[in-house]
Amino acid sequence: MNKDYSHVITKIDAIAAKIYDDFQKTEIPFVNLPTRTKSNIKFDENLNVWKYGKNITERNAKSLDGAYMLLRTMYLADFIKEMIKINKSSTLREMYYISEGWDLAKFHSQQESNLLAEDLEVITSCMREDFKLRPEEDGARVIGNVTIEETTRNNKKKKIHCQDDVGDSGYSIPYNVEPEKLTFKSIDADFMIAIETGGMFDRLVENGFDTSNNAVLVHLKGQPARSTRRFIKRLNEEANIPVLVFTDCDPWSYRIFASIAYGAIKTAHISEYLATPPSQYLGVTPSDIENYDLPTDKLTKEDINALKNELTDPRFQDSFWKGEIKLQLKMGKKSEQQALAKYGLDYVTDTYLPEKLTEMGIIKK
Amino acid sequence: MNNFIITISITIAGCIVLQLMEVIILGKITAHDLAKKQKEISVAEFFERNKHILGFGNQTRALITSVKEGVDNGLDTCEEASILPDIYVEIKNHEDGECKVIVEDNGPGIVKKQIPHIFGRLLYGSRFHAIRQSRGQQGIGISAVVLYGQLTTGKHAKIISKVDEDRPAAVIDLVIDTNKNRAEVINRDTVHWDKPCGTRVEISIMADYKRGKRFVYDYLQSTSIVNPHAQITYKETDGTEHIFERTSETLPKKSIEIKPHPYGVELGTLIKIAKHTKSRKLSSFLKTEFSSMGDRTTKSAIEKANLDKNLNPKEMDREQFLALHKAFKKVKIMSPSTDCLSPIGETLIKRSLKHETQEISPEFIITASRPASVYSGNPFQVEVGLVYGGNLPKEETVKILRFANRVPLLYQQGGCVTTQAISSIDWRRYGLNQPSGKGVPSGPAIFLTHVSSTLIPFTSESKEAIADVTEIENEIKLAFRECARKVQYHIHKVLKRAKTREKFDLITKILPEIAKKSANMLNKPVPSLNPIITKIMDVVWIEDLIEYEKIKREPVQTTLVGDSRKEDRGGTITKSRIMVVNYKQTPQKLNLYAIIPEDAVVGSISPKPSKVTNNYIRWNLESIPPANKIDINFELAGLEKGDFDENDLYIENINPTYVIGADKWEGD
Repeated sequence: MNKDYSHVITKIDAIAAKIYDDFQKTEIPFVNLPTRTKSNIKFDENLNVWKYGKNITERNAKSLDGAYMLLRTMYLADFIKEMIKINKSSTLREMYYISEGWDLAKFHSQQESNLLAEDLEVITSCMREDFKLRPEEDGARVIGNVTIEETTRNNKKKKIHCQDDVGDSGYSIPYNVEPEKLTFKSIDADFMIAIETGGMFDRLVENGFDTSNNAVLVHLKGQPARSTRRFIKRLNEEANIPVLVFTDCDPWSYRIFASIAYGAIKTAHISEYLATPPSQYLGVTPSDIENYDLPTDKLTKEDINALKNELTDPRFQDSFWKGEIKLQLKMGKKSEQQALAKYGLDYVTDTYLPEKLTEMGIIKK
Repeated sequence: MNNFIITISITIAGCIVLQLMEVIILGKITAHDLAKKQKEISVAEFFERNKHILGFGNQTRALITSVKEGVDNGLDTCEEASILPDIYVEIKNHEDGECKVIVEDNGPGIVKKQIPHIFGRLLYGSRFHAIRQSRGQQGIGISAVVLYGQLTTGKHAKIISKVDEDRPAAVIDLVIDTNKNRAEVINRDTVHWDKPCGTRVEISIMADYKRGKRFVYDYLQSTSIVNPHAQITYKETDGTEHIFERTSETLPKKSIEIKPHPYGVELGTLIKIAKHTKSRKLSSFLKTEFSSMGDRTTKSAIEKANLDKNLNPKEMDREQFLALHKAFKKVKIMSPSTDCLSPIGETLIKRSLKHETQEISPEFIITASRPASVYSGNPFQVEVGLVYGGNLPKEETVKILRFANRVPLLYQQGGCVTTQAISSIDWRRYGLNQPSGKGVPSGPAIFLTHVSSTLIPFTSESKEAIADVTEIENEIKLAFRECARKVQYHIHKVLKRAKTREKFDLITKILPEIAKKSANMLNKPVPSLNPIITKIMDVVWIEDLIEYEKIKREPVQTTLVGDSRKEDRGGTITKSRIMVVNYKQTPQKLNLYAIIPEDAVVGSISPKPSKVTNNYIRWNLESIPPANKIDINFELAGLEKGDFDENDLYIENINPTYVIGADKWEGD
């Protein structure tokens, strides 16, 4: 199925035209884009997610950095046009290596090129997929009573049941989870648990938690990829089942939750595609450390800074998060979800999760 | 020198006391008994007992002191004869810790008759009485080595000297008769020597070669740094040869002998001078025998001393001299003339340091020199240098190279006023480590200090540390502060340059690329950039470049007398190119100053400058239109490659914030 890219080309050409016009008008060339920092994300009442606010950053040719950014944007735009023309796509990493041939415009790290691809999304209001760019990381794994129909690479549709047709590692989420590639044929589950670590995912699979509790288990693989977040959102919307996020108990894990529930700062321009506002944080919470008397590690200097940072992050301004973060700073401790093994391998599925889920009103006694 | 005399008398008295005690133990004595025991102690005998004071305390020190005395002598004698020194040092290692030290110079040589006196008598020499800057001061140097050699090995010294190209060299083997302080010539001969003239000394001494050889190397390297006009060759026992090359073809300015200054003269010296004066009246005595004594100061000194100006100085008594001596201190007397000093000069210090630190490839070398000053009537002058960065160790204590009258000081660093002055500066703000802001800092740096004076106040006769004299300490501090300021300025400039370089890249490379790419994507012609460039830059841009051009060297003159700078035409032409571009949107005018080294000779300058002085060149640049540039070129001669490696530019008559690449001119 060939997508229509003409609107993408129009938007990309508009950037070049803008810069060219600046030269003609003897203006110092510039582009404007929303400031992509914590201080400039605002809650969007209509969309129910966090989006960029009104602060604008001007990138202009007055400074070396700004000039490089403009030059690279030109090269990237040209490269995207070329890919559309020859009907190819590239990974972000490939693009980074392709920039080797861009002379002065070459990137010095992949982080630079990734950021610019995001900038270009923000400027044009297109998505990365529109630019024929894809991440090299694959999405995470899923196990549960869900049947998916995926268009395979030889253009055939294939039905996959996420318990019966997969091994212990589950169904692997592809990088493209849009309807033209992936549809949900049937979903029979009461809720979905998104799990940070592979170890805990495997524990729940081995203990048969998906069948015993009629749950869909999603492995996040740390900070979840765009496709994983999009997958969770679609599953949540199409099956209307609650989403619970189960992570370690440290500041970095809270950010994982925030990117699923509220939208990530880096991708706030597409929060409405990626975020699942009804998501709830299951644990492990700092209160759990006290209540379940879990084994802990001391907070590092970086942990403490990250927690303090979260206290000023607009997304964590509700009483639950403020209370928990302050409690954790007071304790000076953190813990991992697998620390629950202290009470035995079945403790998490037999005791911890049922207790927490009941408390949250997901399952009834 | 006074110190020394005092030391002797105390020691002699000490010997007498010892003898007395000896006698007391034996029983009752009479003055006649005593008289039998009392005898003159020869200076040589004195040395025999006190060799540690003169730097022969142990066998390592003995080796270095021997080399040092030989080399100092060689350098002094060459300079006196206005010959560029070529010094050859060789050490031959014998068994049982015996070394043969050989030092050879290309000086004028020594007439046969004088050889026994110079090498076979202690306290004999021409420089002992002169007040001017020289390496040796005591006249004890080389003969002490001869004496040490004969005491420890029993061997005699061999001296070869040639004074005339057409005649053979004289060879004399001698020992010192320690009772008489006279040379005893063992053998006289003549020999054919290829050199036109020069002196070669061979002395066998007991020495610790294994431990000492490193110090000998350090000493010679250091010597080469402060004597850029000398070529020094060092051959080790195993035949390895090190050559410390000559980096300057110009002899140091000859130091001039001056008369003693009243502030620095001791009472005894005053009496001694009076005894030998030809003046018959006190007033003319003061005016002719002392420096800085004019009519008025002479009159007021005599009045303060309550003396008659017509007194015959030869008939004055001790009380009268004492009154006069006291009166000197009460009268304001002009500082002595500083002609007698021969500092190395900033350019040469920088060049030497550059040459010797090539392997380290330092980030920068900065020097500072103070005007001459005076302590207790003795003129002195301080010069310092600082080497920073490169492969220098970052964690270690800064290396301090100390010099006095072009002689390296190797020992007793802790007791030297130089170290004291460095320690009292807070180096932390200049990027060096220094716990609590005191003490010798650590970091990737080498410090150099050179004190030149008619009388260096050493802490001891082995001449290893300069005494704690407030005036000298202050001057060293001031010099290092100046150096440190220059370091800061340099760092600031390097940073600024890097920044402006970025901006230049931006307009010359990146901006045209952006324009080209956007035009290509839209299939349109590339737009013009000039108006945007002036908008982005909005400055007057000054950039410079220094190049060196080797020109054919004219035959080197080895004897250069007096002000020799203008005769040094060979070598390198330093070419400085300065580009002034007006990137403002309106025409700009300004005055530009380029600082030049004082010892450089200015060659062609374009465009025509409005003023040229010893220190700078000034151009008045009239109205430069936007996006236009002016090229400025000037040439400097009399410098080696790298002596002038950075333009120092200043601007005037324009808002300094409009300009990148030069700072505001603060006046002459």
